[in-house]
Amino acid sequence: MKIKFELNGNPAEWEIKPGEVLLDTLRRLGLKGAKEGCRQGECGCCTVLLDGKPINSCLLVTALVAGRKLLTIEGVTPPKKKDLSHKKELHPIQQAYLESGAVQCGYCTPGMVLSTKALLDKNPSPTEEEIKKALEGVLCRCTGYSKIIDAVKLSAEKLSDGK
Amino acid sequence: MENNFKQVNHNVIKVDGVSLVTGGHVYADDIDIRGMLYAAILWSPHAHARIKKIDVSKAKALPGVETVLTHKDVPRIPFTTAGQGYPEPSPYDTFILDDKVRFVGDRVAAVAAVTPEIAAKAVSLIEVEYEVLPAVLDARKAMDKGAPVIHDEKEAVIPIPVHYEPEKNLAAHVDMEVGSVKKGIEEADVVLDYEYETHYATHVPMEPHVVITWLDENARLVIRTSTQVPFHVRRMVSRALDIPVKNIRVIKPRIGGGFGGKQEILIEDLCSALTLKTGKPVRIFYTRKEEFMSSRTRHPQVIRLKTGIKKDGTLTAVDLKILMNTGAYGSHALTVLSNSGSKLLPLWRCQNVKFWGDTVYTNLPVGGAYRGYGATQSYFAMGIQIDEMAERIKMDVVEFCKKNHIRTGEGSPVFQALGEGKAGVEQKIGSCGLAECIELGAKEIGWKEKREKYADLRKSPGRYKKGVGMVALMQGSSIPEIDMGAASLKMNEDGSFNMLLGATDLGTGSDTIFAQMVAEVLGLDAHKVIVYSSDTDMTPFDVGAYASSTTYLSGYAVIKAAEKVKEQILKVAAEMLDEEWENLTIGDGKVTGRNGSKTLSEIAIYSLYEKNQFQIASHASHITHKSPPPFSAHYAEVEVDTWTGKVKVVKYVAAVDCGTPINPKLAEGQTEGAVVNALSYALTERYIFDDKGKMLNPSLNYFKIFSTADMPELKTILVPTYEETGPFGAKSVSEIGINGPLPAISNAIYNAVGGARMRKAPFTPEAVLAVIEAKK
Ligand code: FES
Ligand code: FES
Repeated sequence: MKIKFELNGNPAEWEIKPGEVLLDTLRRLGLKGAKEGCRQGECGCCTVLLDGKPINSCLLVTALVAGRKLLTIEGVTPPKKKDLSHKKELHPIQQAYLESGAVQCGYCTPGMVLSTKALLDKNPSPTEEEIKKALEGVLCRCTGYSKIIDAVKLSAEKLSDGK
Repeated sequence: MENNFKQVNHNVIKVDGVSLVTGGHVYADDIDIRGMLYAAILWSPHAHARIKKIDVSKAKALPGVETVLTHKDVPRIPFTTAGQGYPEPSPYDTFILDDKVRFVGDRVAAVAAVTPEIAAKAVSLIEVEYEVLPAVLDARKAMDKGAPVIHDEKEAVIPIPVHYEPEKNLAAHVDMEVGSVKKGIEEADVVLDYEYETHYATHVPMEPHVVITWLDENARLVIRTSTQVPFHVRRMVSRALDIPVKNIRVIKPRIGGGFGGKQEILIEDLCSALTLKTGKPVRIFYTRKEEFMSSRTRHPQVIRLKTGIKKDGTLTAVDLKILMNTGAYGSHALTVLSNSGSKLLPLWRCQNVKFWGDTVYTNLPVGGAYRGYGATQSYFAMGIQIDEMAERIKMDVVEFCKKNHIRTGEGSPVFQALGEGKAGVEQKIGSCGLAECIELGAKEIGWKEKREKYADLRKSPGRYKKGVGMVALMQGSSIPEIDMGAASLKMNEDGSFNMLLGATDLGTGSDTIFAQMVAEVLGLDAHKVIVYSSDTDMTPFDVGAYASSTTYLSGYAVIKAAEKVKEQILKVAAEMLDEEWENLTIGDGKVTGRNGSKTLSEIAIYSLYEKNQFQIASHASHITHKSPPPFSAHYAEVEVDTWTGKVKVVKYVAAVDCGTPINPKLAEGQTEGAVVNALSYALTERYIFDDKGKMLNPSLNYFKIFSTADMPELKTILVPTYEETGPFGAKSVSEIGINGPLPAISNAIYNAVGGARMRKAPFTPEAVLAVIEAKK
């Protein structure tokens, strides 16, 4: 069966298998930024934004994406249009993660970056408690979260400076 | 410390950072291979059983199933899953598949099919008849007379000359004594003698174990795997499947965390067997449940610690006795045990030290390498007992630690007495910033004000009580005279460099710090170094990422390679500038002399295209003769809810001396990751077993690791020292941080509520409440 939806800002039409979950569809179709960590909705490594809200793509049947807006980590980073280099123009949040040392193995990073985006889109200057709450659904075993929380704060700064 | 470093000791952004933040296709599972099969594994439901009959006909008949393997289909060659140097100090007691199962979650059979669903269905169609055997589910009973023998197969051996008695369920034994503990105890004014217990836990890398295997165009076996030890994987798969090393290529892409769990040949053997059988690409991707039930764990220990002190705080005797549970297989059984002694005992100045340890087999999950590697367990015991010793002689524990810890220039007989499967290497401490760590940490937590105040507040009414606790720590940096690392470097015409490394970055950032080291030597920007790690066909050998060796050991190989390349560059520049190469200097991307300067790119172009052409390139290896310890002091502040027993860590401070932090942010990150891992190990992580040895909570919902919501205020303080034998003065940093939270939190709980000490981890609300109730 086919579904139509908005993928990373562009209209998309996908052939999907009945019953397939979004994580599997994404990875099957080559969008491998969402990672599998548990398939049970417990780790958040598979996080994507559906209509701006973080969801675990391992739990959502792909058919339910029809007619909605999906943002994956690939869509956070539009390729530069100007040249042929395929160089990525990093989003300020991604830049902040790198500068803060918030990326170790990177397996949780797509989920963290997207959750950060969802938070800051709604709440451009969150408190530390709000940050902790917003990222609670994504587990990271490498960083101890300190630098990730720093990265969210730095992201907020960068985004408000950019305005 | 003052230095003039331009690249090291700076927060250079990770060289693989952009691909990681953009969701690049970098991990083992992020590739598509046409015609790939999916594997599923049948796991033992019994703790101990013999397979009497196994019928795979229904599974094989299922459309889409390509093969089913049982013990009848694979070579019967014993090996160890422990990813260690050769010969391994771990027993060869494992088979790819066996006719006996030794824990709930042991392998029985494997299927490869065209979809994961078909593979799973096929597994459920395998019919097995078991003869259930009596099981050993309590380490204390493993060596009892008449206990069931777990490794009764005749093949089980250990490849090095050490004590190994599988017929008694004894997987390893260590003993040593320096001075006389008997005499030391007699001299003591106060003697303490207690038992401690640490519990099962597992690594929980966010990326589960995953491997994809296939045959290349020359029918060589390619193994793309999430491993910390690609070269050990190659060697061990060669042994287990009886195929030559030359026919195997192991590729380590980006790894989603390891922490020791991927220092194990856990699934590569089986996946390879499926590929060899079918001729097709095969994938094994562990489910989270399999991660809990069928990967590796932290070896639980029962520790008996007897210590003697004089009234002035002099330590007269330390007598450490450990019973360690390695579960069904002896992976790292000897070395984790000896590390419990060797990373702890030299820290404390004491003339009379004894260590006795047994590692036993049980029918429980298998132990393995886990960040901290035995030190996490033994520091728990010693950290609490030191707090108690100080209390007994009415000395501030901070003063007690300062008085008794090892100093720069001092050695310890324990360094030599305890090695890894053989004698250790004598060494003197070359750098020690522990005193400063203790000071700065105490200041940050507010030790002086809080410690006594909280002890006084214990007596007053009120539901919530606060407490502070501390512990002093050391670890090592590499395994001296055993570990080896190597690097090669070549120059490109734009002045960039390719560096090929056997050392494995598992998310730690080692590729980045190595690039910084090259950049420091060659005077260029670290991002001009393109790092490739690791691939057994391409990169030089390295033992892999473990034993806190990467920075200290492989880092030096990198520096040596860079120095060699530097000399070549200078000589080419000398030819170009027509002057002596010794008078030239390198920096800011160019070489400068009296007659002018040449950019690195000009030099490379000259050497490749213009005159006396050759490839500027080098290769270097390094071994170490020391394992200089990093040092650390940890402080925890907790709040105990005396109604529920719930412990909340309010603030945690880790001050660490890792020599020169090559990349301070990454070094802090290593510390913070280790600390937070151990915070949940202390409070919430645990294996719950039923009475048949089955783990009942194999999911992240019930095995709780901390999330952002659980975070205390966390403060890391780097205390730089300069280790002369290390690359740019660096020592290790990755493991030490995990050893602090258990003892520091236990001591803080005691400061908060008094009563009995928490000598058994984890500190669950029930356990804490029991202490509070007992006091009433
Ligand atoms: S993979 Fe979806 S939450 Fe873990
Ligand atoms: S960086 Fe490894 S899980 Fe977060």
